[in-house]
Amino acid sequence: MFARAASPRVIPGFGPTLGFTLAYLSLVVLLPLAMIPLKALGLSGAEVLAIVTDARTLHAIGLSFGAALAAAAVNAVLGTLLAWVLVRYDFPARRLVDALIDLPFALPTAVAGISLAALYAPNGWIGERLAPLGLKVAYTPLGIVVALIFVGLPFVVRTVEPVLEALDAEVEEAAATLGASWFAGFRRVVLPLIGPAVLTGFAMALARGIGEYGSVIFIAGNLPMVSEIAPLLIAIRLEEYNDAAAAMIALLMLAAAFALLLTINLLQAWARRRIGG
Amino acid sequence: MTLLAPRRSPLVGESATTRRVLLALALAAIGLFLLLPLATVFAEALSKGWGAYFEGLADPDARAAIRLTLLVAAISVAVNFAFGIAAAWAVTKFDFPGKSLLVTFIDLPFSVSPVIAGLIYVLLFGAHGLIGPWLIAHGVEVIFAVPGIVLATVFVTLPFVARELIPTMEMLGRGDEEVARTLGASGWQIFFRVTLPNVKWAALYGVLLCNARAMGEFGAVSVVSGHLRGQTDTMPLHIEILYNEYNFVAAFAVASLLALMALFTLALKSALEAVTENPGR
Repeated sequence: MFARAASPRVIPGFGPTLGFTLAYLSLVVLLPLAMIPLKALGLSGAEVLAIVTDARTLHAIGLSFGAALAAAAVNAVLGTLLAWVLVRYDFPARRLVDALIDLPFALPTAVAGISLAALYAPNGWIGERLAPLGLKVAYTPLGIVVALIFVGLPFVVRTVEPVLEALDAEVEEAAATLGASWFAGFRRVVLPLIGPAVLTGFAMALARGIGEYGSVIFIAGNLPMVSEIAPLLIAIRLEEYNDAAAAMIALLMLAAAFALLLTINLLQAWARRRIGG
Repeated sequence: MTLLAPRRSPLVGESATTRRVLLALALAAIGLFLLLPLATVFAEALSKGWGAYFEGLADPDARAAIRLTLLVAAISVAVNFAFGIAAAWAVTKFDFPGKSLLVTFIDLPFSVSPVIAGLIYVLLFGAHGLIGPWLIAHGVEVIFAVPGIVLATVFVTLPFVARELIPTMEMLGRGDEEVARTLGASGWQIFFRVTLPNVKWAALYGVLLCNARAMGEFGAVSVVSGHLRGQTDTMPLHIEILYNEYNFVAAFAVASLLALMALFTLALKSALEAVTENPGR
């Protein structure tokens, strides 16, 4: 079925490597993942309806998506700024700062979680400075956003950096000689060129934020209907031996995340067409 | 301002003041969002002195957690390294229909929540799972035992090596291997003497990231572990237990080891990037 008439394969190992790859991927990823729709299918229509209209479930899913969207938006701005500064300016310790950007990828989420909780708790180093302002971060939805900003920080920086590196200086200079101010030049010339990269990083940070667990649960407070995220609710349902409800919530999350990422992909395709890049 | 000299041709009209403000904002963000959380780990771990720090690490349960984490990471890295090599070889050396779908599937674990990664193995191997009851009747415990922890970790770290190797091997093409084959080399000879030397840095890079994630995985492992102290507790899970018991010094002491692992990973990663950017290695 895979045979091709032209160009017989010179390099050996096609059968074994593809066979191993498919078998491994099926056993570790695809078959186990199929358990989620399989388990959810075992539910009756009324049970499904009860789960998907449950206020606690809906709040948890809404919170996971809302907090992830907010954090990804902050990271889009922050990431663009960091990429700009790292690519364009020379300053002492630039390489060190550049290496440090990946810290959230390397630091285990539980470590980040307890550290952020300690920092933003009412008696923490940042928390006690925010308390007089009436700002409470730890054990509120705002704390969840702070944790998701941390875990998603590298995505936009790393997608925008190579585009800025490659950006033709002539394009910007042309804009400047045509009399555009720096900001107008940035907004009308640079931003459209790096836009797709920013959007890609935004989508990656968003996808990561929706499913994030370890860095969030320590700072969130985990109050049902207030600061309880969807992954935590899945874990709780499992501990109650309510496997089917856990699978149903997981299915909802996967479907919503898929729809969101599809939208972003379409948006990106539309942006590319518009720029004609 | 030589300090803020632009690295590349600047936007004309981007004044020194603008540059200074942007740099200050960027450094403040780095300090607030990255440096402060990192420094807090060490500050909290040492808040009661070195004695309390080492006491936290000397605890038998902490030691058991460290041993389990090292074991799980070693197994996960080894099997996903083998998978990464095989997948990259199949994808980059041959053409076949459905290739881009296969590459998408390889990346799938990155877009699944860690908790869902744990959930799927509970649904499969748990006491009420699909094949769990049969396995348990035959004396095989997967969930709430070490095999489940290994499986969940293997799932979340699966893409790392493959996704570093595939673009690198794609870029290098098939020419070298084809020449080696025509000169009579066997498949293994081609791999060890032609391909591997060309991709060793990319492979190492993938292993490094895979290991960091394997040692630090929390959500997926938390769901399948059962949290049996000294038995199915990895370092991140042990941190959670200590933290929830208000034993903050011990929690941050164990956390500091993982933070050192993260810093070591970043340092090695920067060194690798320097090597690969310089052709005259």
